[in-house]
Amino acid sequence: MRFLPYAVAAWLLLVGLYGIVTSRNLVHTITCLSVAQSSTYILLLSVGFERGGTAPIFLDVPVGTKAVDPVVGALTLTDIVVGATVSALLLALAVQAHKHHGTLDPEQLKPERD
Amino acid sequence: MTPRLRRRVFLAAAAVAGALLLWGLTGLPDYGVYNGPYGDVLNRVAVAERKATNVVASVTFDYRGVDTMGEEYILFAAVLGVAILLRAQRDETEQPPDEDAADRRAPGTSNAVRVIGLALVGPVVLFGIYVVSHGHLTPGGGFQGGVVLATAALLVFLSGEYVTLRRVSPEVVLDTAESVGAAGYVAVGLLGVAAGATFLANVLPLGHPGALLSAGTIPVINLAVGLEVAGGFVLLLSEFLEQTLVIRRPGEVT
Amino acid sequence: MIVLEVAVFLLVAAAGTAVVLTRDPLNQAIVASFYGLVLGIMFLVYQAPDVALSQIAVGAVALPLMILLALAKVRALEGSRRRDDR
Repeated sequence: MRFLPYAVAAWLLLVGLYGIVTSRNLVHTITCLSVAQSSTYILLLSVGFERGGTAPIFLDVPVGTKAVDPVVGALTLTDIVVGATVSALLLALAVQAHKHHGTLDPEQLKPERD
Repeated sequence: MTPRLRRRVFLAAAAVAGALLLWGLTGLPDYGVYNGPYGDVLNRVAVAERKATNVVASVTFDYRGVDTMGEEYILFAAVLGVAILLRAQRDETEQPPDEDAADRRAPGTSNAVRVIGLALVGPVVLFGIYVVSHGHLTPGGGFQGGVVLATAALLVFLSGEYVTLRRVSPEVVLDTAESVGAAGYVAVGLLGVAAGATFLANVLPLGHPGALLSAGTIPVINLAVGLEVAGGFVLLLSEFLEQTLVIRRPGEVT
Repeated sequence: MIVLEVAVFLLVAAAGTAVVLTRDPLNQAIVASFYGLVLGIMFLVYQAPDVALSQIAVGAVALPLMILLALAKVRALEGSRRRDDR
């Protein structure tokens, strides 16, 4: 249990990379990339977790109650939104690639040798 | 390199990388044990210093405000990239979507989806505004609230009212909202410079923790980020929808 | 509490693997939406409600939607191409 979240983060990264390497469809690749990105969120939040701590919001609990680290939460929440937007950019690239070459298969999108 | 060979090479490399990764991760303290000083220091002083009860919001927009500005601009640039990539090419035409209603093969939206979708638009917009404006008090903020607001636009589309969506959120409004949001962040930063402190210093009156008008510049930055994220996501949505429903290559039918 | 945490972590690992192993992009979008929801639940177990709000709004709604729209455009392009080749 002391090590489980880190193992899950490492597993998700490797599984996401496996999906990217063996993918036959660009849209499938982009979704696997987002899985690999989510492994970093898990790692960040695991580092900042304190057992028995509550959320770092002090509206109804007095200041001084044990709470988890707010810095990693701040890093992760902007990361999630920005990651989704970059995935949208990649999807637009995939749509344009299909328009010009007729296929979403990375095997067939190799540069043409004239 | 054939796919089969590539898979074998990757599995070998992944085994090595995984072993190294796990070995490195064992150096971290056990899960649930927190040693670092910054979290505890921040939790102790942030409410008193910034009068914001949501410490994560004060870290995002105040203590590490320049970081978040950079991330907001990544979002801006990505939306810009999508708008450029998905513009109508020279040989494509733009047709309004209700012209193909005659040979539309897909069934129209069911009435239940329509009613529920349109009935939910109001509450979702209200909830989005609540999340954005209370970001410094309770969990929430500009990023989350902006995405919730964009979901309201999505509901309008899902109820089958694409034409209404275009009318309600024309390109000019979305572009203006997004640019005002992005520029607003820098404007708040320059406000700090104009007041004699550093860039992005918290120079507005701080108020009492727990009040709606507290925490100085944090609610203002929340509003700017909420505008930018909402405008950006609705712009993304409408770019993709335009590609699917409006822009036609020669000879293409729905 | 410990049981809940272990169960959520294992569910996240299983859902992530399922997303990668689903090859058809259309099915994968739905599985990715479920994965986003499970991640949001895990962030709640981590006592990080801001992050959970962000993840559920983005990973369960916005991202699968954009995948589906990209797929719709690709399908329309393939349909027209088939018509041109005939």
